[in-house]
Amino acid sequence: MAQKVISKTHRFCGKRLLVVTFLITIIAIILVRILYVIWRTGKPLSKRAPQQPLSTLIVLGSGGHTAEMINLLLVLQKERFSPRYYIAAATDNMSLQKARVFENSLADSSGVKGISAEFMQIYRSREVGQSYVTSVWTTLVALAHALWLMIKIRPEVVLCNGPGTCIPLCVIAFIFKVIGIRWSSIFYVESIARVKRLSLSGLLLYKLRIADQFFVQWPQLKRKYPRAHYVGCLM
Amino acid sequence: MGEAEDGLKPKRVVFVTVGTTCFDKLVKVVDTQEVKDELLRRGYTHLLIQMGRGSYFPTKSAGDDGSLAVDYFTFSSSIADHLRAASLVISHAGSGSIFETLKLGKPLIVVVNEDLMDNHQSELAEELAERKHLYCAHPRTLHQTIAGMDLGALLPYSPGDATPVAKLINRFLGFPED
Repeated sequence: MAQKVISKTHRFCGKRLLVVTFLITIIAIILVRILYVIWRTGKPLSKRAPQQPLSTLIVLGSGGHTAEMINLLLVLQKERFSPRYYIAAATDNMSLQKARVFENSLADSSGVKGISAEFMQIYRSREVGQSYVTSVWTTLVALAHALWLMIKIRPEVVLCNGPGTCIPLCVIAFIFKVIGIRWSSIFYVESIARVKRLSLSGLLLYKLRIADQFFVQWPQLKRKYPRAHYVGCLM
Repeated sequence: MGEAEDGLKPKRVVFVTVGTTCFDKLVKVVDTQEVKDELLRRGYTHLLIQMGRGSYFPTKSAGDDGSLAVDYFTFSSSIADHLRAASLVISHAGSGSIFETLKLGKPLIVVVNEDLMDNHQSELAEELAERKHLYCAHPRTLHQTIAGMDLGALLPYSPGDATPVAKLINRFLGFPED
């Protein structure tokens, strides 16, 4: 009788051990993969032909952010960064309008019919002036919406320059890298309005090493954040 | 400064812009007699205010009696035209307005909104003021800035260039150099 009980507990322990070992292995694999992605982030990609375009996600922000981004897009080779997906906050009607004007002017000047660009809106994780406490909940909603959009787009290049809307998108891009859904290169240009301190978005992407290349537009910031690039300003 | 001969006085417009923000403190302060007198003394004839989402409405004036002509509107799709027509721009600290004005080569006073939660905007205005591209003021000190400014001392702003950033992005992605 006593022997039976012992063997039962023994079997139970064995099963539990198996489950624990299994879980630890899974967690270890995920951790190793995350470390690999972090290590690989920021390392240049291998040579590619200019005819191989990369699908590009462009995150727009209100006011000055969009003007800066358009200045960058003006000098990027459009045939290399194609198709282009523009995302702006749902509360921001101006930015997508500006992007549409920009894309139309491209189509006019090149004479190519049919623009390889799409325009989308996303819920914002934090409005200007919103408290940091309530922004926890709004960030979760924004994250779910961002996931849906990112599953649809799966960009190979992400360009962003400041607004909070880029954080959920960049985090998801990073998770896609970890899972192996899509390897993307993330470029972040800190807004020219930031002279002495990074924005919250910039600080997160820099510290978490999510951005492959991180640009600042003032030499003071480069001194403070040595991994950032400073090669002049966009405005 | 040319106060005497009325009909011959050239039109010199001061354009005030708050962009898409609400910045009543700025609209209020440019509407004070103190600031208006100072502008008149500096030879300006018209004051045009783009007041955005604010709720304070300035007092309109035709300026017939030799005083400053005052007019306002909330939003316009042709801010660029107003900037171009201005002899002096007084703007909120948004980078869009700042660089649009600087690119047109217009003298600019940026007024910092101290009520914003995360007031990083003063950083840009202060840096550009230090580099003598514009004057930086606060609502309380605007009239002093107008009285003391020397527009001849301002340096023109040479616009930035995105090409080096684009070059680094291309190199990172493995695209051949042009």
